[in-house]
Amino acid sequence: MSISLSHITLAYGSRILLHNASAELPPATLTALIGRNGTGKSTLLRAIAGLGSPASGDIRLCGTPLTELSSQRLATTVSWVSTEKTRIAGLTCQELVALGRAPYTDWTGRLRATDRTAVHRALETVKMADFAAKTMETLSDGECQRIMIARALAQDTPVILLDEPTAFLDLPNRYATAALLAHLAHNDGKCILFSTHDLDIALALCDSVLLLDPPHLHHLPAADLTSNDLLDRLLSDSDTIFSPAIRQFWQHKK
Amino acid sequence: MSRTSRLFTALALATVVLFTADLAIGSVALSPGEIWRALTGSSADRATSDIVLKIRLLKAITALLTGAALSAAGLQMQTLFRNPLAGPYVLGVSAGAGLGVALFVLGAPLSGIAAHTFVRALGMAGAAWIGSALILLLVMTVSRRIKDIMVLLILGMMLGSGIGSVVEILQYLSSEAALKSFIVWTMGSLGDVTTGQLTLLLPVVLAGLGLSVSLIKPLNLLLLGEHYARTSGLDIQRTRSLLLLSTVLLAGTITAFCGPIGFVGLAVPHLSRMLFRSADHRLLMPASMLGGAALLLLCDLVSKLLALPINTITALTGIPVVIFVVLRNRTLFR
Repeated sequence: MSISLSHITLAYGSRILLHNASAELPPATLTALIGRNGTGKSTLLRAIAGLGSPASGDIRLCGTPLTELSSQRLATTVSWVSTEKTRIAGLTCQELVALGRAPYTDWTGRLRATDRTAVHRALETVKMADFAAKTMETLSDGECQRIMIARALAQDTPVILLDEPTAFLDLPNRYATAALLAHLAHNDGKCILFSTHDLDIALALCDSVLLLDPPHLHHLPAADLTSNDLLDRLLSDSDTIFSPAIRQFWQHKK
Repeated sequence: MSRTSRLFTALALATVVLFTADLAIGSVALSPGEIWRALTGSSADRATSDIVLKIRLLKAITALLTGAALSAAGLQMQTLFRNPLAGPYVLGVSAGAGLGVALFVLGAPLSGIAAHTFVRALGMAGAAWIGSALILLLVMTVSRRIKDIMVLLILGMMLGSGIGSVVEILQYLSSEAALKSFIVWTMGSLGDVTTGQLTLLLPVVLAGLGLSVSLIKPLNLLLLGEHYARTSGLDIQRTRSLLLLSTVLLAGTITAFCGPIGFVGLAVPHLSRMLFRSADHRLLMPASMLGGAALLLLCDLVSKLLALPINTITALTGIPVVIFVVLRNRTLFR
């Protein structure tokens, strides 16, 4: 299994987000992590990325417990795409993607031929090769997101985690980004987990869904999401309802 | 030749020319021949040789080191705090070093230590290291919790002013002789560094610069922020400690011997970014060191010609750059 969570308990401050939760994510799958605001999507992703640790339980990446991975091994196992907008003036797309090669370069960060090939291939995969020499501040949000995904690809890891990669994007870019992730999972065999609020995208393009329903974590095939009452629970205290037939949300007037 | 290597050649050339000019120009008119003979040790005249070696050469080397050190410190602070307005002076690191120096200079006569010049130099530097390290630790701790750029700057300003008040209280309580030597220190001067002090200043600053160069890859990774850096395999704890050490060695030592010299550390990294149109520290670090050295030699020349303290010249050079950066990055400060 690429990511396996066994009996983990996760807290944000004193608030318990997950209790005794387990899940197994195999390679070559795209999984959406969904849940309401404040249910701990980012906290869970950070814990899997090694940026925070669970209160108890065991997280394994490709079979090895997270706690036994050196920072170097970790960096060649899992890569990360954060939710914040990253615009560094003067940094070209190529230079940014090349930062993903950090685990493989020497102390100066100089790129060898294999590194340059990896950077170029990553830019081509996200269809941004023409932007290689452009600087980050000139990109649109959608282009910027593609470059950040290319950086993770250049890092060449079996697991990729993304924190709300579709958050700032317009509708076509949301679908394009999710379709790109699905392609990477199915063609390159990556295990990709991303948090999102776009249920329609999760249903249309993902293989499975991790649903955070504190303190429980449900792991189910995306197709099953509409056939049980979990979505209703997700929306329980709101006026919004989800219509599985047309995959649309409605504002329910009382 | 690429644009980058042309720029580096030009910067190196400017540094050499300014260094030579700094040796040639002073209150006593000396011919190039006399200066050369003094430098090579074949000068017949003792006074000329003293002027060249003990005053001008010492001051020019100090200017070179000061410019390189403050600029390197400023660059790594801007990247570490992800704040375009960070710098040793603005975030109170110079003030912290100043408090250390004040405690030492105003307190040392009481305890009777510091009779020997090297011991005195070491005491001043040590006090400045402790003072600047404490302030930097505090700012680093706060910046991990609060990501807001303005909050950090206001904190730095408040720390600076607060420390200034404490120093004033110390001055009020201290003897006239100690007070005088401290007041002279606060004006900032490249000319007060003695040969004895330089034997400490030179190796320490070179060590700090070496550390900065060794941190080029971590600094590039930190451009994307801590989470990206850590998931790229960076040992963040070690990097932070080394950055702290390097900044203290650079900014703390310079402040101890030359007084608080403002705006160089803030302005030079921005000038390097504009000149090289890059964010890569493999270019920016050497460019800032070289550019800082050249700029401070220039400031020293101007201060000699106009007989003004170096502080006022660096402020007048640096402040326009800072204003330009603030206006250009308006969106950052909303």
